Amino acid sequence: MSDLTAEMEQTTTYDNPVDEALAKLKALYPDDVSEDSRPGYSGLLVTPDKLVEVATTLRDELGFNYLSSVTGVDLIEENKLEAVYHIYSIDKGGSAVVLHAQADRDNPIIPSLVPVWPGADFQEREAYDLMGIQFDGHPDLRRILMWDGFHGHPLRKDWREPFYEEDVKPFGSRWPGGAVHRSEELNPYGKNVQYPAGWVPTGEEYEVETEMYEGVTITREATPGLKTEKVTVNMGPQHPSTHGVFRMVITLDGETILALKPVMGYLHRNHEKIGERNTFIQNIPYTDRLDYLSSMSNNHGYVLAVEKLMGLTVSERAEWIRILMAELTRLCNHFWALGFLLNDLGALQTPMLYLYIERELILDFFEAAAGSRMMCNYMRFGGVAYDLPDEVRGQPTMQFLHELIHERLPRVVTEFDDLVTNNEIVKVRSVGVGYLSKEDAIAYSAAGPLLRASGVKYDVRKAEPYSFYSHLDFDAAVRYNGDIYDRYLIRLDEIWQSLKILRQVLPYLQETQGMSVSGEKPQYSLRSPNAGEAYGRVENPKGELGYYLTAKRRSGNPERYHVRAPSFINLTPMERMSVGCKIADVVAILGSIDIVLGEVDR
Amino acid sequence: MTAAAPKIESDIPIPHELQNNIFITSVDKIYNWTRRNSIWPMVFGLACCAIEMICAAASRYDFARFGMEVFRASPRQADLMIVSGTVTKKMVPTIVRLYNQMPEPRYVMAMGACASGGGPFKEGYNVVDGIDKFIPVDIYVPGCPPTPQALIHGLIALQQKIDNQSILTAPWYPFSKAQDDTVGLVPVPILGPDLVDVRQLDIIRTEADKAEVEA
Repeated sequence: MSDLTAEMEQTTTYDNPVDEALAKLKALYPDDVSEDSRPGYSGLLVTPDKLVEVATTLRDELGFNYLSSVTGVDLIEENKLEAVYHIYSIDKGGSAVVLHAQADRDNPIIPSLVPVWPGADFQEREAYDLMGIQFDGHPDLRRILMWDGFHGHPLRKDWREPFYEEDVKPFGSRWPGGAVHRSEELNPYGKNVQYPAGWVPTGEEYEVETEMYEGVTITREATPGLKTEKVTVNMGPQHPSTHGVFRMVITLDGETILALKPVMGYLHRNHEKIGERNTFIQNIPYTDRLDYLSSMSNNHGYVLAVEKLMGLTVSERAEWIRILMAELTRLCNHFWALGFLLNDLGALQTPMLYLYIERELILDFFEAAAGSRMMCNYMRFGGVAYDLPDEVRGQPTMQFLHELIHERLPRVVTEFDDLVTNNEIVKVRSVGVGYLSKEDAIAYSAAGPLLRASGVKYDVRKAEPYSFYSHLDFDAAVRYNGDIYDRYLIRLDEIWQSLKILRQVLPYLQETQGMSVSGEKPQYSLRSPNAGEAYGRVENPKGELGYYLTAKRRSGNPERYHVRAPSFINLTPMERMSVGCKIADVVAILGSIDIVLGEVDR
Repeated sequence: MTAAAPKIESDIPIPHELQNNIFITSVDKIYNWTRRNSIWPMVFGLACCAIEMICAAASRYDFARFGMEVFRASPRQADLMIVSGTVTKKMVPTIVRLYNQMPEPRYVMAMGACASGGGPFKEGYNVVDGIDKFIPVDIYVPGCPPTPQALIHGLIALQQKIDNQSILTAPWYPFSKAQDDTVGLVPVPILGPDLVDVRQLDIIRTEADKAEVEA
């Protein structure tokens, strides 16, 4: 062991694994890989032809085996479209290797990375749908958020929505002196629609659905002697068990699942397009509405990304408050997720109702602190919006938190654990069902509890600590069986770890009372950013939530604003987990992934 | 009972033992009383507001107290559609179809800013600026999202609306007209290059002609 370490020390002269990987890639592909020289950019520019080869080298030889985020950027001034990849190392942790591949805007062909990482599947489809990047070699390149037949690729900079006013806010028309109007009044149809010039409906639009079903139907040779018919079942978007407007098209042989295609976009509310028109600070309330069960942590990821871009420091008390809020949010979210998972397993409503009581207590605290139960809009660049309130539910705040964290929640979670964990029906329905192997979890870019329940100990709070998490003593929970039961257990583990963190945070909150909760100079939180890109990521209750931002110098608005949504990407292995299971298990598998449609569709 | 019961002026003989057990009321009253206290909403969560809707039904706020706890997954059994969240263009054909499948008398509540008028996402390219552009809405509940208290207030407002309806004038109960299944049905929009409201085909054609003339 010591020889090996000595040898490594001799050969490694790099500060961190990312620099090492970048240098090695540049040495291996001198013609095709170059440093991204734009100001504020950190990654590599790769020629599209070599992208698959570079990615394979990264995965197999350099240990960067986890493709976290894929997105597109429209560089309209250079007449180019760019695909951006964030690749992490599960074993070494640390920050990302960022790859940029550029293609001509009129003929944007970039090779697909699905053969290297199947987790790129949905993300590439999204970039195709919204940006129009053609991923060569993608097995199923269809629109994913919009419907087939939609006109144009809306995230391109020159694509204008029907209610377009100006490129960026604040809009002149909403300013004193400008004529105030309602967008409907300027639109000939009186609503939010536009059609290509000269277009009239032909009636063929109805056939879109049929094509979707054809894409799913599988022709399989019948078992000799036994003829069974395959049935395609459509589940959702209006279904009580799909956790929102999510839809699955399932091909069944009897009760057994042969294929499953998730269909989404029923709640695609254009977060990114609106975000690129907004100023930086205007986006904070929008992030609340991504994963609407954990708005505080969504805020956290976004402010981290913007702080990187602006180079802001955060005050000490604000950091502790942020951790307090993020961990309470994790409790809220896991209470909700466990309640719904049990609901999906057939324990109709009772466990859910019991856990909601505790969630309501935490929401009351959020309401006292931020002014709103769900959409907290609480964090700001360099700090948080307000200090903690004096009173919550008629009790002094610190006393309320102390009772909640030290007494009430541990008691409730223990009781819940006693009643449910060893329940026979829960075990029969969940042990060994919806299996996802360790290798698949990494390859499919699964994140959060889904990844860790498959035996991968990867938690952003540990791998790339942000805020004050490196000062706190806790473990990244991990379970090894990769089934629904382990995903249930890991959420309980995480609840215990969160309580452990919260117990450590309380004394710091007591200590820092009276200190400022905003950055050194609050006005800095409104100043314009440096040019370049930034990627801020947090361990959200549902997995790694990342914000990718690019900005021009002194611009008040992000050039590109992309959200790496854990719920969305965690659906990529859904088919993998479900094939071979019974149809009744699909609901439980979906419940164990724990999706929120606001984040899936954005 | 000490006060004398009002005498029933009728030719119908009422047995003595039932005389004190008979109440007189209008058909409207009894009809509305039964309906208002058993409003069955459809399980139909769209977005963030659905979470507050669930909370309103759950342990703390519990709108079962007002006779609304029976969430039905099927539109055929539901009285009330709570449009709880942002309506997108991709979703609106489904919503209209569900609305058409609900039996009369049916009510629609636009819960939250998005369902009422697009809300913070109004400018989005895939967002419908208010569900009332497609189906008639009875109650609007403002908020983003409305708190459970606000939702319950909206439901009580709906109860008051039901109280004021009369079987004689109710549109779903035509005495004079023969029953026509298509009354109140809304044509389902199509997903073309953008959302197509079938009722606006004429305007789309006019606009297309205009574009041709310009070109």
